Amino acid sequence: MTAAARLRLENIVKEYPGCRANDGIDLTVAPGEIHALLGENGAGKSTLMKVIYGVIQPDEGTLYWDGEKLTLQGPAHARQLGIGMVFQHFSLFETLTVTENIALGLPASEAKDRKALEKRIREVSTHYGMALDPRRHVHSLSTGERQRVEIVRCLIQHSRLLILDEPTSVLTPQEVADLFRTLRQLASEGCSILFISHKLQEVRDLCHHATVLRNGKVTGECDPTETSTDAIARLMVGDETPLSTDVPPATPGAPLLEVSGLSYASDDPFGTALRNITMELRAGEIVGIAGVAGNGQDELLRALSGEYKAAANQVCFDGQDVGQLGPDARRRAGIAVVPEERLGRGAVPDMSLVDNTLLTASAQGMVSKGWVAYRKAREYATRVRDRFQVKSDGIEAPARSLSGGNLQKFIIGREALQEPRLLVASHPTWGVDVGSAVAIHQVLVELRDRGAAVLLISEDLDELFQLCTRMGAICGGRLSPLVPTESLSIGQLGQWMAGDFADAAGEVNHAVA
Amino acid sequence: MLSLERRQVDSRLMEYLSPVLALVLTVITGFLIFLGLDRDPVEGLRLFFIVPISDAVGVAELGLKAAPLLLCAAGLTICYRARIWNIGAEGHFLMGAVGATIAALHFGEGTGFWILPVVLLAGIACGALWSAIAAFLKTHFHCNEILTTIMLNYIALNLLLYAVHGPLKDPYGFSFPQSAMFGDAALLPMLIPGTRLHIGLLFALLAAVAVGVLFARTFIGFQLKVLGEDHKAAEFAGFPRKRLVWFAFLVAGGLAGLAGASEVTGPIGQLIPQVSPGYGYTAIIVVFMGRMKAVGLILASALLALTFLGGEMMQIGMNLPKAMTGLFQGLLLFYLLTCDAFIHYRIRLTRRHVTASAGTNTPLATQES
Amino acid sequence: MSPDMIVNILAATVVAGTPLLIVALGELICERSGVLNLGQEGMMLIGAVAGFAGVYASGSLLVGVIAGMAAGVGMSLLFGFMAITLAANQYAAGLALTIFGTGLSAFVGTDFVGKTIDGFTKLPIPFLSDIPVLGPVLFNHDLLVYVSLGLFVAVYVFLRHSRGGLLLRAVGESPESANANGLPVLLIRYLAVSFGGAMAGLSGAYLSLAYTPLWTEGMTAGRGWIALALVVFATWRPVRVLLGAYLFGLASILHLVLQGFGWDISPELLAMLPYVVTVVVLVLLSANPTRTRLHTPLSIGQPWRPSR
Repeated sequence: MTAAARLRLENIVKEYPGCRANDGIDLTVAPGEIHALLGENGAGKSTLMKVIYGVIQPDEGTLYWDGEKLTLQGPAHARQLGIGMVFQHFSLFETLTVTENIALGLPASEAKDRKALEKRIREVSTHYGMALDPRRHVHSLSTGERQRVEIVRCLIQHSRLLILDEPTSVLTPQEVADLFRTLRQLASEGCSILFISHKLQEVRDLCHHATVLRNGKVTGECDPTETSTDAIARLMVGDETPLSTDVPPATPGAPLLEVSGLSYASDDPFGTALRNITMELRAGEIVGIAGVAGNGQDELLRALSGEYKAAANQVCFDGQDVGQLGPDARRRAGIAVVPEERLGRGAVPDMSLVDNTLLTASAQGMVSKGWVAYRKAREYATRVRDRFQVKSDGIEAPARSLSGGNLQKFIIGREALQEPRLLVASHPTWGVDVGSAVAIHQVLVELRDRGAAVLLISEDLDELFQLCTRMGAICGGRLSPLVPTESLSIGQLGQWMAGDFADAAGEVNHAVA
Repeated sequence: MLSLERRQVDSRLMEYLSPVLALVLTVITGFLIFLGLDRDPVEGLRLFFIVPISDAVGVAELGLKAAPLLLCAAGLTICYRARIWNIGAEGHFLMGAVGATIAALHFGEGTGFWILPVVLLAGIACGALWSAIAAFLKTHFHCNEILTTIMLNYIALNLLLYAVHGPLKDPYGFSFPQSAMFGDAALLPMLIPGTRLHIGLLFALLAAVAVGVLFARTFIGFQLKVLGEDHKAAEFAGFPRKRLVWFAFLVAGGLAGLAGASEVTGPIGQLIPQVSPGYGYTAIIVVFMGRMKAVGLILASALLALTFLGGEMMQIGMNLPKAMTGLFQGLLLFYLLTCDAFIHYRIRLTRRHVTASAGTNTPLATQES
Repeated sequence: MSPDMIVNILAATVVAGTPLLIVALGELICERSGVLNLGQEGMMLIGAVAGFAGVYASGSLLVGVIAGMAAGVGMSLLFGFMAITLAANQYAAGLALTIFGTGLSAFVGTDFVGKTIDGFTKLPIPFLSDIPVLGPVLFNHDLLVYVSLGLFVAVYVFLRHSRGGLLLRAVGESPESANANGLPVLLIRYLAVSFGGAMAGLSGAYLSLAYTPLWTEGMTAGRGWIALALVVFATWRPVRVLLGAYLFGLASILHLVLQGFGWDISPELLAMLPYVVTVVVLVLLSANPTRTRLHTPLSIGQPWRPSR
């Protein structure tokens, strides 16, 4: 290795109670290189990034910056050196303007002259083709625009290494293309880019070099343009884990859920209103809804679960008007729901799996005349655990102690064992290891084949294309048509995700029927 | 460098050890306070914590003070488990006392076994009614219950003062602000002859056990717990939030109202302005010290009752202000919350310096750069 | 009612609103950093007794004011240790502070009950105090009233126009993001909490040195709690805090007004008024919950610790 490496890590170790998140990691990034850091959830990517950005201190190991040994004092120090970072969950302040947000990251002396700063923001954003109005409040920006703020913030600080954590998971396909153009331009000007992802196709399109992590260790390095996705995937997950589920074709039956003209204005000032949602779900099919987070997915889920009430006939399930029913009554009618936040909504973090069983499965004979039959709850929790291979420290373990994948298997299992006739699942495999994701997909397909309808709300387009019988997208609280998956192009879906439903009207007629 | 680190699983041991540690730290601080005041600390602590309960009469007095604390704390436990920050027990208590007084004065010197139950029920109803205001404001107007209940406490206190200065004043009381003495039929029976201890203590013990059973065995108790731990999960599960809030408030108000009623129909026998030495506020400490569990509440109410007796003893035995009570209570709660941090966290030595030395000792690095 | 009476009532309103204004400005800054300190009542009581003790011992009002503020800061640091360093529940920690402060102030203050000092006297501002109506209402008060108005301006400018205010707002919205941006979250929160403590101490000292130059147990009479309601009522904005403070000030002297009308209502019932007004105001606020939520510091009440 030459002294010219912009960043070099040597034997980085970071240990947390109960897990060795980074276990002797080496990594080298050259100037102007777009370097992919690959690995599935829990492989240690996030920890490593935080080490590079100075958010956390490694227990062992050394960082070299332009060949010089380096001990980072914190993010401010890292930025001063020219290390910029775009977190997956943006570190922006919604109530402040773009300029104020960027000023916060700068030294006081540079941030003082707001006018000059605004000018610089405009210059930088135009130069890299990322249109941005410095005076707008962040809460009024779309997700893609927020990402631009993060990137511009780094560039204004003259970053020579830009770290991007799963940057494409929040974008529409077109926005991804725009982002890649910007990144290539940056790289050609000499900026190094560390691109963290688990999406292999993107990495092959963009990156010059890839380092793969598994269980906190480097399992391989490769040139992604010359390595097959399957070979990289094997480096990520190892040899034992199956990579995907086989999805046999569906045989949809009679209509089960009919939503007609559903509108809902959220009382959350930062929420999204649902606008005239109409859709139909049949028994025995999986219907997918794509979309960038925050476009009404959560509101739609609540409107279906009964947390938000609608006019009675706006939600019709199995011939019964359920719009006015609450979650409990809808669950009894056969609607099960798996929300996006598994810890802190789908499960109570500090309660045991047994108690968490009671949360939604109490109607399975666990309560009589107001008294809880804990024996029944324990039996049910044990069945869920055994049937869905939930790894936990017993059924009395608190939900928070389970890994993301195991907790999600528990939650989906808890709902699936109640034999729902409609399952609404939001981002069921988000942040889940590949093995669990495959198992979760299996459960959804099995439910479908037993005649249930499944509504899958997800940001993961691969997942949607793989599982769904029909699909569409949600944007700004409006729903696109739901068309058979095989007739849908990714370009069309991207337009829908961006809210462009213009040419959709004609398609509805021949596609839905 | 010392730093706090989140435990993976909360420490059960610390959960039960914490109140004991808090008590020990309070005693140590008390020792230092006596030293600072130039008094004999051993004698001071003995007077505060031991002398008050060194004979049967003293123990009976302890029960007498513990009963209202326990009643209030049992009700507050239901609220706090559901993270409903009702600090209105004092107000519920005072209104309970006023309500019972109105009923008792109405019956005058009348006789009948039914008089006492009616008087107590009047107290319960008034306490519940008072807390219903806060429940209504919370469920219909989303008013923060901390602020409304505190305000209602001040309003209740002024209502009580108005009552003893006005409509409920004893016409033959030489214009002292207090009600007439109640008739015998409106007084609680004694539990131990020769002492002032009445059957109010039994109500309190029963209430504590009932609250224990509520949370250990019933679905409504489970729903309240979920509402407190994770309101989003409660919403997701479809638990009836408003009904649960009303339940918690009404039971808390009723129990505190019963405590107030038991106080005027028990040791006092009439309504006076100083009917509560702050039972409703001290009960908050009982809830935290008692870990919101039946046995814990009973032990904690006894301990906090002791601080009232100890404060009186300070005044008599050492000529120190009675306010010692409030000081010890405050210290106890302060230390408790501090110790409670270690249920979730543990102290760890950070190894920041190790990073640097690991860097310097890598020979490979020096070669390459 | 005569014009003179109206002027008198308005002047009394300003005086009665001043302690509320001071403590609410402190709590406003504290809450803007995301920390809810329910210990205002306790800190005020400690400030009141310390202020009184300071003057009693030294004879200097300045010493009293400094003693009151220092005691308030000391109390707030106790709270900060629990709520910031130990990440304890802020509600419980604030309640503990109030209970502790009530007990400690009563204990320390026993010796001062019934004692007298020379408190702040009126300090009319030349020329300005001669303006009709406005003069006696605004410019014929003790020094601390003017100080409170200066504090209001300082807080307003700080929040709107300074980098410190920007840092404070950022931490209050999202400590997580602030940390990722390299801002010293815990330090900023400690500073905000200490400012709140200093203001509560000053407010308490105002009561025992200017409003009624006496010490009596529990003399704050719920003003710390009313200030908490006031901050919510003001939706965390200084101008509304100023107006709200005088509105509540008026409520607390309303009995004088009603007596002026010749109404004969029992003093105990009249004493309820400020508390009733507070409840009514809280109810009125609920008319527009969305707006309240829009201005609420987003991280308020949530303990936060950096992950290492």
